[in-house]
Amino acid sequence: MYRSHVLVCGGTGCTSSGSHQIVEALQKEIDKNGLTNEVQVVKTGCFGLCALGPIMIVYPEGSFYSMVKPEDIPEIVSEHLLKGRIVSRLLYNETVTENGIKSLNETNFYKKQHRVALRNCGVINPENIEEYIGTDGYAALGKVLTEMSPDDVIKCILDSGLRGRGGGGFPTGRKWQLAKDLVKGGQKYVCCNADEGDPGAFMDRSVLEGDPHVVLEAMAIAGYAIGASQGYIYVRAEYPIAVQRLEIAIKQAREYGLLGNNIFGTDFSFDIGLRLGAGAFVCGEETALMTSIEGNRGEPRPRPPFPAEQGLFKKPTILNNVETYANIPQIILKGADWFASMGTEKSKGTKVFALGGKINNTGLVEVPMGTTLREVIEEIGGGIPNGKKFKAAQTGGPSGGCIPAEHFDIHIDYDNLISIGSMMGSGGLIVMDEDTCMVDMAKFFLEFTVDESCGKCTPCRVGTKRMLEILEKITNGNGTLEDLDKLEKLCYYIKENALCALGQTAPNPVLSMMHFFKDEYIAHIVDKKCPAGVCKSLLSFEIIADKCKGCTLCARVCPAGAISGEVKNPHTIDKSKCVKCGACMEKCRFGAIVKK
Amino acid sequence: MENLNIKINGMNVVAPKGSTILEAAKIANIDIPTLCYMKDINAIGACRICMVEVKGARSLVSSCVYPIFEGMEIFTNTPKVLDSRKKTLELILSTHDRKCLSCVRSGSCELQTLCHDLKVEDEGIYDGENEKYDIDFSATHMYRDNNKCILCRRCSAVCEKVQGIGVIGANERGFKTHISSAFEQGLGDTSCVSCGQCIAVCPTGALSEKDNTDEVFKALADSSKYVIVQTAPAVRAALGEAFGYPIGTNVEGKMAAALRRLGFKQVFDTDFAADLTIMEEATEFLDRVKNGGKLPLITSCSPGWIKYCEHYFPDMTENLSSCKSPMQMFGATAKTYFAEKMGIDPKDMVVVAVMPCTAKKFEIGRDDENAAGTADVDISITTRELARMVERAGINFKDLPNEEFDAPLGISTGAAVIFGVTGGVMEAALRTAVETLTGEELKNLDFNDVRGLAGIKEATYNVAGMDIKVAVASGLNNAKELLTKVKNGEADYHFIEIMGCPGGCINGGGQPQQPASVRNFTDIREARAKALYDQDAGMTVRKSHENEAIKALYKDYFGTPGSHKAHEILHTSYVKRGLYK
Repeated sequence: MYRSHVLVCGGTGCTSSGSHQIVEALQKEIDKNGLTNEVQVVKTGCFGLCALGPIMIVYPEGSFYSMVKPEDIPEIVSEHLLKGRIVSRLLYNETVTENGIKSLNETNFYKKQHRVALRNCGVINPENIEEYIGTDGYAALGKVLTEMSPDDVIKCILDSGLRGRGGGGFPTGRKWQLAKDLVKGGQKYVCCNADEGDPGAFMDRSVLEGDPHVVLEAMAIAGYAIGASQGYIYVRAEYPIAVQRLEIAIKQAREYGLLGNNIFGTDFSFDIGLRLGAGAFVCGEETALMTSIEGNRGEPRPRPPFPAEQGLFKKPTILNNVETYANIPQIILKGADWFASMGTEKSKGTKVFALGGKINNTGLVEVPMGTTLREVIEEIGGGIPNGKKFKAAQTGGPSGGCIPAEHFDIHIDYDNLISIGSMMGSGGLIVMDEDTCMVDMAKFFLEFTVDESCGKCTPCRVGTKRMLEILEKITNGNGTLEDLDKLEKLCYYIKENALCALGQTAPNPVLSMMHFFKDEYIAHIVDKKCPAGVCKSLLSFEIIADKCKGCTLCARVCPAGAISGEVKNPHTIDKSKCVKCGACMEKCRFGAIVKK
Repeated sequence: MENLNIKINGMNVVAPKGSTILEAAKIANIDIPTLCYMKDINAIGACRICMVEVKGARSLVSSCVYPIFEGMEIFTNTPKVLDSRKKTLELILSTHDRKCLSCVRSGSCELQTLCHDLKVEDEGIYDGENEKYDIDFSATHMYRDNNKCILCRRCSAVCEKVQGIGVIGANERGFKTHISSAFEQGLGDTSCVSCGQCIAVCPTGALSEKDNTDEVFKALADSSKYVIVQTAPAVRAALGEAFGYPIGTNVEGKMAAALRRLGFKQVFDTDFAADLTIMEEATEFLDRVKNGGKLPLITSCSPGWIKYCEHYFPDMTENLSSCKSPMQMFGATAKTYFAEKMGIDPKDMVVVAVMPCTAKKFEIGRDDENAAGTADVDISITTRELARMVERAGINFKDLPNEEFDAPLGISTGAAVIFGVTGGVMEAALRTAVETLTGEELKNLDFNDVRGLAGIKEATYNVAGMDIKVAVASGLNNAKELLTKVKNGEADYHFIEIMGCPGGCINGGGQPQQPASVRNFTDIREARAKALYDQDAGMTVRKSHENEAIKALYKDYFGTPGSHKAHEILHTSYVKRGLYK
């Protein structure tokens, strides 16, 4: 028995900010202080508050240290772990109150969160199956195999109202039912889509890194439900920690008899293989993913036939996303009603969002469906930095759309998002402030889809490229109103004609931004101005002579030699030389330089 | 078969269950345009030209791969559909090298036809950035011009799935996607077998044989050269298509007339050499059977198949007949026997071959194919190239009289003409081998078990007390399947005929291209094969060993089939290439 546990985040975010060195330093310092048998260091999955990494929590006190550096470790060990004195200067400031410290769960970031899919992330050691079992792990599989028929399992998932968390929101139970019933018997497959690719989304990675067994358990349950004996997890090779932990988890599950033949002594056998994707976004599309597992170039294929009838290797297959699976064991254990009690009428349960962009608390949050965008951004996310104004939030990544300020109080669920031209997507939530140009933003997402198009169908391969060229023309100040019309027509054409969901949804960001921010597009085209001051071709920098003191600083920082003037006399900018980098404006102490 | 009731454009249509929308629409006499789709070869729903509206569907659907269902309501001509198809074409055109006026496919280009049919008005409306590709001239038989490629992927599908080769496929992705070989190697550096099936299915001018017609015109104009021509059996069954004749029209007589008007000194027939091949190959077969030689004996007429064997089954080259192909036997005989007879220096003789085949362009440059010290065949052109020559020379093909081939190398039998279709060589060989073994005249010359378009055919014939097991394969994926069985000891055939192209030479890579709109609903092989079988049936001499010109050739020159002299002139050797040479 240890008297104290130190949980250090070993997720990708904290690992890249150096949590690995923290663990090493901690262990060394603990050994040095003779605490080896009293204090245990545990490397966990992600806590969610990635902006503050590396993160550690010391139990039983629950002290939450953020942005820990290796040189802080001797102090934490000698003060906190040895003498019991919390190092308050390193605590997450939100947890520090006048009366001492408050629990992490009471901080704004965690208060409104409800962790179902992420419940074990940051809590257990993902590399130890016993810790998972210790938190009811594999109990759901046991229950399913010994007490429930496949139809019972499917009914439970149907009743729970769980919908696919990968983007489309198709009812999970219905998917399983089709795979069970369309083709009776024979070889079937259960696949897990861990090819998370939306820019800024990393909820699936966190589940795999922090709680890999939940996915294995859920896939085995799905296998039992549809009559499959083999599963594949398609995970991107760019997630090395997730891959490594999955490998460990699969090995351990096999050793414990939780994967393999005759699980729990029943007739049910199920095993799982890992397949690494090379990082093509399109391989997150179900038919492309299966084509890739089959060993071919990852390209979508036409549907029908749908995977429930002819999927992987032309056999009935279900494919669910990591986060979807992460909900399954708890639905089985706590019941469909429990799950259905969370969320809105048609969107049950919780949803994990990856907060990114112009927001203070970048990281992962899990909230009940129906939480408002305002709550997520202002309360949980801590608002927008530097007192800037909220302009819009992008959900659904390159397939979604934006939610402008007028819809700030929207209750986030599948149908509400669709109704305003966006979509849930996998849960990336990118916040944009007043300094964001919506033409530039549309260009950003389109650049992504153009880059990630597989090139199979004409509308996506050529159409998105031509759309991007029109947007470039507009941001360069050469756009015409006819271009805008052409762009819009291409958008609707691609939505109707592309082969797969990647292509069909590629125009969404453009359409939604054009819908809500048409004025900005018009300003670029007619006035040749970028209202947010982002599009360089449309900008010009000028020195207000009255305010310029002639300090010469601007002239010295200008990389292009575009600024000239006598000392103590107003300077001027030669616009033909100016590269619009903004360095002068940033340096000017008198506010004499303006961007137009 | 179960039928489904559907509605197309408001009309009731009954179509078999399992039909695609495209097929059901055809029943209702509605042609839906297609580009990437080609029946039995490519069904990937990629180009999006064939989109139609289906009541209740979220978006337009691709009719080439979408199965019908009971009560389905389809609209093929709504403004939305028409506008979508047009936009798709316009987008394709924005990446297409639109040098139509100088394009080899001008007039037979499927893209060009669609642009007309679907009323494209501004070909440059979506012009923008474009990738510029170097044309790949590295292969002997063809070139690939990705600037004209529309990425329908028919070529890579036929290469991989029908021919079992897969040396071309999509490289890179998105807008940079292009068809190429692994690591951007030139096609000539890969284990491409030169079959030309990719050219036969290409809808545009992206893939084409290397045109050798200028060389032919030049030779014909050179008074110091004695230029003769031979035409393969399958050419006469398809050449007419280039001049508007129905598929399967035999234009042998007009072809001979056209060749004569082009200025060839002698208009000969590869059929003559096909009969010669039977004499040599039947002898070789009987010799191997009697003397414990390597079996099964596999035919060697198809240079695509030979190259395939050398690359993919190098340990089976001993099974190949050492006989040169009929085209090469013809050249070798022309430059030895015929040249001597005419008193012409073989170096002054130019042998031009008109072939349904692109691999023949590779074959004429092989080692050990120069009996008279100079290449057996100098120039090999495809059926398509001959059609181009006729057009260019202003010869009014349709109004030509039917003329005969010249003697003696234009004299042939019914056994020879069926060389052009899968199973034909086997049948011709059996006609001769059976009579040789039994010493009796065959009552029925039709060996129906080896006829037909099945990819693999098998038969056993009891001849003079001995069971002879034969097999016939066409299309290299079928060849692969058959050879794997042989290799694994699962089959013990004595004699195998393999043709590189599916259906044999009638469907060779050098034959006139038929667009998908035709091939999706007509088996062009069937009609062309019938032309050859009909010709055979109508001939009085139908066995190679009864060809009087062949008999004279042996009597005057070679002695007996398989003689030392015959071996020197009519036989060849092979290379074990392996996959990467």
